Amino acid sequence: MNLENEVSIVLGGAAGQGIHIIEESLTKVLKLSGYNVFATKEYMSRVRGGINTTEIVVSSKKNRSYFKKVDLLVTFEKGVLNHLNDRLDEKTIILGEIKNIDDEYVNNKNIIDVPITEISKSVGGELFSNTVGSGIILGLFDGDLEIFNKYITEKFSKKGAGVIDSNLKAALKGYTLGKKILIDHDIQITIKKNSEVKNEVLLSGTEAFALGFARSGCNFVSFYPMTPSTGVSVFLANHAKDLGIIVEQVEDEISAINMAIGSWYAGGRGLVTTSGGGFSLMCEAVSLSGMTESPVVIYLGQRPGPSTGLPTRTAQGDLNLALYSGQGEFPRIIYAPGSIEEAYFTSQLAFNMADKYQVPVFVLSDQYLSDTYYNISDLELKHIKKENYITKTEKDYKRYRLSDSPISKRGIPGYGDGIVLLCGNEHDEFGDVTEDPKLITKMAEKRNNKINLIEKDSIMPKFFGSDNYKNLIVTWGSTYYPVRDALLKLDLKDTALLHFNQVYPLPKESEKYFKNAEKIINVELNYSGQFGQLLKQFFGINIHSNVLKYDGRTFSVEDLSKKLEEILRG
Amino acid sequence: MNSESFDRIGKIDISWCPGCGNFAIRNSLTKALSELSLKPTNTALISGIGQAGKMPHHILVNGFHALHGRAIPTATAVKAVNPNLTVIAEGGDGDMYAEGGNHLIHAIRRNPDITVLIHNNQIYGLTKGQASPTTLINTKTPTQPFGVFEEPLNPIALAISLNASFVARTFSGYVEETKEIIKQAISHKGLSIVDIFHNCPSFNKVNTVSWYQENTYFMYDHDPQNRKEAFNRALENEKYPLGVFYICKKPIFEEKLPAYEKNKTPIWNREPVVENIDKIINSKKV
Repeated sequence: MNLENEVSIVLGGAAGQGIHIIEESLTKVLKLSGYNVFATKEYMSRVRGGINTTEIVVSSKKNRSYFKKVDLLVTFEKGVLNHLNDRLDEKTIILGEIKNIDDEYVNNKNIIDVPITEISKSVGGELFSNTVGSGIILGLFDGDLEIFNKYITEKFSKKGAGVIDSNLKAALKGYTLGKKILIDHDIQITIKKNSEVKNEVLLSGTEAFALGFARSGCNFVSFYPMTPSTGVSVFLANHAKDLGIIVEQVEDEISAINMAIGSWYAGGRGLVTTSGGGFSLMCEAVSLSGMTESPVVIYLGQRPGPSTGLPTRTAQGDLNLALYSGQGEFPRIIYAPGSIEEAYFTSQLAFNMADKYQVPVFVLSDQYLSDTYYNISDLELKHIKKENYITKTEKDYKRYRLSDSPISKRGIPGYGDGIVLLCGNEHDEFGDVTEDPKLITKMAEKRNNKINLIEKDSIMPKFFGSDNYKNLIVTWGSTYYPVRDALLKLDLKDTALLHFNQVYPLPKESEKYFKNAEKIINVELNYSGQFGQLLKQFFGINIHSNVLKYDGRTFSVEDLSKKLEEILRG
Repeated sequence: MNSESFDRIGKIDISWCPGCGNFAIRNSLTKALSELSLKPTNTALISGIGQAGKMPHHILVNGFHALHGRAIPTATAVKAVNPNLTVIAEGGDGDMYAEGGNHLIHAIRRNPDITVLIHNNQIYGLTKGQASPTTLINTKTPTQPFGVFEEPLNPIALAISLNASFVARTFSGYVEETKEIIKQAISHKGLSIVDIFHNCPSFNKVNTVSWYQENTYFMYDHDPQNRKEAFNRALENEKYPLGVFYICKKPIFEEKLPAYEKNKTPIWNREPVVENIDKIINSKKV
């Protein structure tokens, strides 16, 4: 059996079994062995039990999309095979102990019985089965055992020589078994190693967002935990000392966003991390940000469904929530990065733009993007400098001074000789409450006119494909790579892709792309095609077809190519 | 005296009714700030919504007239980002005890070095006289026409039970005493809560100036370090005691924050530690 160029390995087990430990060690060691790696997970909203899986794609060329196909399945629990029923085919190689194979599959000819429990017991106990499992896969892929040994030694350095020694033995036994399986079952795995990959960064979406925020000066984070957004706060909390960031878990989302706004008032750069349900509670303060012209950055990790919905699944259903949140009219900016590279870049930009335009800025993520990681070269990580907009105030400073520009200089308390008064009521130039109709009109115009400047400063969408296209596929957020890879797979010369990283406001110039298209196909992970509706609103264009999915799972390259082919050739 | 004035000069449109206790609170507050030699530019007053919430417009001070009930979280962040500022959160009984009740409880746990001034007139004035969390039982209002039957909140007992750092109560009519209590509250390191009784001449016909005079008394024999005694005093409701009920020393929020452990520079005045971010990125290579 031959496995070439890109192999998708799926590890399946119950929550609490430590699949993530194998995932972490394997991806690191495979990358350090010179392989491109991609990993993503899907999991249930529970602490123990159920079935969770992680997909790791090992490939010759960089792969950045989720595959439905499973080339190699490793099962640690009964139920995994049934859970993955629609992803398995006659070619899937199944590694696992017989006790972990569902009855329906026991006669499958591709099952390879790997006595993980027995091996781990022989080195000291079932505790070591994760290391055995990792060892087997490394053996299959000709991974670097030395690197794995080094990894183990560092990882367990605090647990003592005994633990290290048993893990090293487990690794070797697993590794040897992996090699033996290749011979016994006549399996050839040919994936090119590339020494440049070894020096690349292995970054998750969550880490990229967090690092980007920190890079452009985020120094205050207030949050109430909510999947899938919490990871960003966790990451920054762990680096609170070395990065000089205040990270506080507060009593509720309402407190979180009011704190973040307060932090900007004092000259900080505040962030809140939340998901739809939590964000619903924050809407009033988004409106406060709009009225007081106080910047704030909101990291909104989308997940499916109204209410509690599906806490650990993925969706792109909160665009409208972000777009229309908060009473009254005021401008805002909404980003939706499509990749880990874009996540790092955009989260930096978010802080500069919030500061520059004194508006709420949203960074939309989702479970899929947050939980995905792959190796990236330094060149793919674009750094931008923190831009400073705070002004030292004069004695006669007026926070909302009216001038030709809708942007008044933003002072902060204690920096300069002026008084800084922010007001959530309609206000005069100084910040005092007003009911004067002329002033009200001027202030409303001042605030809302910012959108024209923001529009000019918007990021152009990323265009991919032939210039002579007839069909244009539109994406936003995390569907970018799966759609791109589906297009590459279909190899269509008349079809291009337009990916929006900024979804509001849309740059006027991007309208040109739609004019050349005969068919516009909109791909989104929601029920109503929210972005498609926004395109209609902005540019008056009609979407020819919507490819929508709302089952809590992301698009696979295979499903997308099938759907796109049906539309384009149908 | 080189104290700065906190009085707004020029025409200010005061929205309080004639005879409102808020005027007296403003006088006590501006005098307290002056006597503490604070600077208007280095003081920030964060308020919620309601008549008390309008204070930032009626004195000369940095201000943030924010959302209903949300002054405390906003003020907490201001202090954390710039600990050099004197930070006051101000609001009414609806603001701090109803909408913002949760924040008050958790601010006590967090203990930022801010002062919380609560204008407690036992009624909702701005929305025309509905009951507040501190309205007394049997009080009839337009929205409680048969009389309030819910037990009023006892903010003093609540704060002491949660081991708040500084807990006091006063009556706005006693301007000098109120000023001294506010001074003590601002000078105290940690969260200071001052419940300030005041009359609402338009909507509270029960708790009038003379009612407060007759139904309150100052504690002259009380040791604020004694928590049990403070709690006992807080439960008195024949006559309501005034003065400082309770003081305790506790770790302060912004001083405990890991971001300030090695570097005392206020957060707002720092640039991102780019080299440490690069270090983290590089650590993801191995």
